[in-house]
Amino acid sequence: MYVAVKGGERAIANAHAWLAESRRGDPAIPELSVAQIREQQKLAVDRVMTEGSLYDPDLAALALKQACGDQVEAIFLLRAYRTTLPRFGATLPIDTSAMTVRRRVSAVFKDIPGGQILGSTFDYTHRLLDFALMAEGEPAPAPVAAPAEEARVPGVIDVLNRENIIEVERPASGDPAPPDLTREPLRFPAPRAMRLQNLARGDEGFVLAMGYATQRGYGRTHPFAGEIRHGTVAVEMVPPELGFAVDIGDIELTECQMVNQFAGSKSEPPQFTRGYGVSFGHGERKAMGMALVDRALRAEELGEATDAPPNDIEFVLYHSDNVEAQGFVQHLKLPHYVDFQSELNVVRAMRRDAEAARQAALKEAAE
Amino acid sequence: MTAGPSNATVDEGYNFAFLDEQTKRMLRRAILKAVAIPGHQIPFGSREMPLSYGWGTGGIQITAAVIGPADTLKVIDQGADDTTNAVSIRSFFRRMTGVATTERTPDATIVQTRHRIPETKLVEGQILVYQVPIPEPLRWLEPRESETRKMHALAEYGAMHVKLFEDIVRFGRIETAYDYPVMVNGRYLMRPSPIPKFDNPKMDQMPALQLFGAGREKRIYAVPPYTAVKSLDFEDYPFQIEKWDQPCALCGADDTFLDEIITDDKGGRMFVCSDTDHCEQRRAAGHRGTGAPQSYVAAVEGGE
Repeated sequence: MYVAVKGGERAIANAHAWLAESRRGDPAIPELSVAQIREQQKLAVDRVMTEGSLYDPDLAALALKQACGDQVEAIFLLRAYRTTLPRFGATLPIDTSAMTVRRRVSAVFKDIPGGQILGSTFDYTHRLLDFALMAEGEPAPAPVAAPAEEARVPGVIDVLNRENIIEVERPASGDPAPPDLTREPLRFPAPRAMRLQNLARGDEGFVLAMGYATQRGYGRTHPFAGEIRHGTVAVEMVPPELGFAVDIGDIELTECQMVNQFAGSKSEPPQFTRGYGVSFGHGERKAMGMALVDRALRAEELGEATDAPPNDIEFVLYHSDNVEAQGFVQHLKLPHYVDFQSELNVVRAMRRDAEAARQAALKEAAE
Repeated sequence: MTAGPSNATVDEGYNFAFLDEQTKRMLRRAILKAVAIPGHQIPFGSREMPLSYGWGTGGIQITAAVIGPADTLKVIDQGADDTTNAVSIRSFFRRMTGVATTERTPDATIVQTRHRIPETKLVEGQILVYQVPIPEPLRWLEPRESETRKMHALAEYGAMHVKLFEDIVRFGRIETAYDYPVMVNGRYLMRPSPIPKFDNPKMDQMPALQLFGAGREKRIYAVPPYTAVKSLDFEDYPFQIEKWDQPCALCGADDTFLDEIITDDKGGRMFVCSDTDHCEQRRAAGHRGTGAPQSYVAAVEGGE
């Protein structure tokens, strides 16, 4: 006999205890420390910080440990913590042209001032499982380059754009303060600052897929990777009691400047347009996908066709957030038996009607 | 079954009811605006709660904004106090506020609900907080928020009537069984949240305040006490609620929403009240139904 009656509270407590036990795995294997995750699973930590909208490698590593390595769950944990933090001010805009660059590549110019710097990357690795990693041991130290002559490495586009053949990014008219999606709901029409914020917090898989779709013809934007750079930038803030900017620390960022198909009008000569992407830590895939989608979402503003999903601002912005999406998809696990009962009643009544109609038709045919 | 305040279990690391006071103020302003414009959806800065979106974050934020130390909270899901998510939300508020919780509807000052309105009539001074997954009644007809806002502004609700009419043409009846659209105060079309249409008439002229929270969609709306709430219908196809052929197998009630319980693998089934508290109160008053297996009755009466 099957009946579900009571016992919710005890079942939940037991489920949580079991989860804690599963998280630990085989106790004969040494436990992972948060510092180990932070140092050795860095790209996972970076993604959790980016989509969790909080730059804190220790807490992101803790979230990953608590979430058994599940990224979306870790992002959710970090966001739920972030929402409780007080706001005591805003930093100045970061200056990525002052970035201490670790990697920097451009696909639109062969040689660029400051040089192409390959940095640490999976690109050009052959994706062959390295069985040596199954054994413990330290890798051979990487060669160290001589310090760069010039610390400041300005953006490729800024340097090579003397003739303004690529559109110049300017703040919106009046330079309004950017909206804060963690404090106010999405509104439409969504300004670009709001769209970029949404995409920066957006799920990497979703943003990547939307960007990929633009390359396959759904909302084509004809992109070139103008520049991808990764490194550290200083964060500055003006404390009201001081009145001047002080450096409060460095953050690691990845930035992508995409150069896209040109547009022009009667008043503006033709010029290439741009899309922008950024992520905390080292996240090129996310930054590039974001830059493609950012550009695709500008279709309406640039007078292009807007018939493909990546051009649809409401569609993209409403479905990019994985914390929202995971919650609503998984809420289907909650009991719905009252609604189901209501539909059951309707469907049974409709079947009775249909059966009655069929019998009536049979009877009529027999007569 | 009222548990008294148990401050020993309150989590001291958080503000009363989890949210900071600035956030509560923002929520209360949205709630006041919602009460002032019955049925109109108010956008608000929904916070990331420690419970998942789609699992009641809107209702939780509203409850957190209106609850005080003297309140008594009841939480139900599918009409039952002991469904897992109701248990989880109740324990969240116990931990974050230390307020008294109850399973008895008349004892509660705030009832947070998912998918049902209690069978026991609510009275003045009580607040019913609904968890709302999709607040926009026109969403299945028009996916764009920018469009549906215009439709509300112009009270352009013809599309919904056409949808209901098409149901009648195709199926001979309106096939919407839950989340059945209502007109509030003769002005705004509103989604009552996925309650069965059986519960719709209870919303009309309800003496209690009804608040609706959609956390993921970031909307709050309200029906103030004694407000007209009318389910859409046609003169020749009047709104009707569902009826069951048999009464509750536990308490014998023939005027409540019943859940179908499968009792064996041979097609055996019985019907029992979805509102567990109402059913229990009736049994305590001596009402009995027939047809429930003895083991089931024992399990229900014995608690855990």
